[in-house]
Amino acid sequence: MHIPDGFIDIPTSAAFAAIAAGAVAVSLKGAKSSLDDKTAPLAGLTATFIFAVQMLNFPVAAGTSGHLLGAALATVLVGPYAATLAITIVLLLQALLFADGGLSALGLSVFNMSIVAVWVSYAIFLLVKKILPKTKSSVTAAAGVAAVISVPAAAASFVLQYAIGANATFSVSSVLAAMVGTHILIGIGEALITVFAVGAVLASRSDLVYGYKNQKSSLEIRSAA
Amino acid sequence: MKQKTFLISGFIASLFLAGVVSFYASSHPDGLEKVAEDIGFIETAKENTNADGVLADYGVKGVDNERLSVGAAGVIGVIATGVISTGLFMLVRRKPGSEK
Repeated sequence: MHIPDGFIDIPTSAAFAAIAAGAVAVSLKGAKSSLDDKTAPLAGLTATFIFAVQMLNFPVAAGTSGHLLGAALATVLVGPYAATLAITIVLLLQALLFADGGLSALGLSVFNMSIVAVWVSYAIFLLVKKILPKTKSSVTAAAGVAAVISVPAAAASFVLQYAIGANATFSVSSVLAAMVGTHILIGIGEALITVFAVGAVLASRSDLVYGYKNQKSSLEIRSAA
Repeated sequence: MKQKTFLISGFIASLFLAGVVSFYASSHPDGLEKVAEDIGFIETAKENTNADGVLADYGVKGVDNERLSVGAAGVIGVIATGVISTGLFMLVRRKPGSEK
């Protein structure tokens, strides 16, 4: 879902770049609370893994492919602020080194994938975790549900940008239907990869997992009260 | 699992995925590109300003072997992402001894 230069006009791109820059500044502050000597390297590894897996396009429907976005994965592993930073670094390097995604469109892509997909993931993750029993598999399941929804959410966010400032005149409703439809399919692949990766980290180093640690501390608070 | 073992395993897995498995990735257009083609707004896309870059489109310029070219680009990307992101997160983290 890396937006090339030209899809969206310059004023709209600039406005979203400003929003993205603000969100990154907030995340730099916010990430401090979730990153310590042990979890900061995990955040670096998360960004690295997301870069690698984003190269692995999988087929979804006739003539279409998709790849991991990684927002739900990063959010569950390192928390939403560090997740925003991780995905932003990946997008920045992809645009600068690999010509993947336009530079003028970078703010648009950061907004969709590092902000909308991350915070939608976080909200859904917390919601699903709340209604499930307090186990590791619930964390994995909640990450999967967050992953499925995060991808069409990012796609819908692109359609918002298209509606505001597209350099084309095709109807917004047809773009919305096609984008969300296609990205629900990609979201299923997203969920499979997310469940596998979160499961693997929980199995080896559950103490590092943001979405699991929070669960433990809320349990402690409850038992103390 | 020890922290070091865990991090090294994850990094090696990333190198393997980007350096070897990436060759087998689907080359079909991704969701956004396909929708843009089907609906028609693909025509508003401009060429990427870095399209002539040494690593543009996940290949190393001048390396003709497709498997080698994409694999090397993947390895470079993994190392660059690893170094830059870990460096940033180590800078941002709570330092030992500091409050909260």
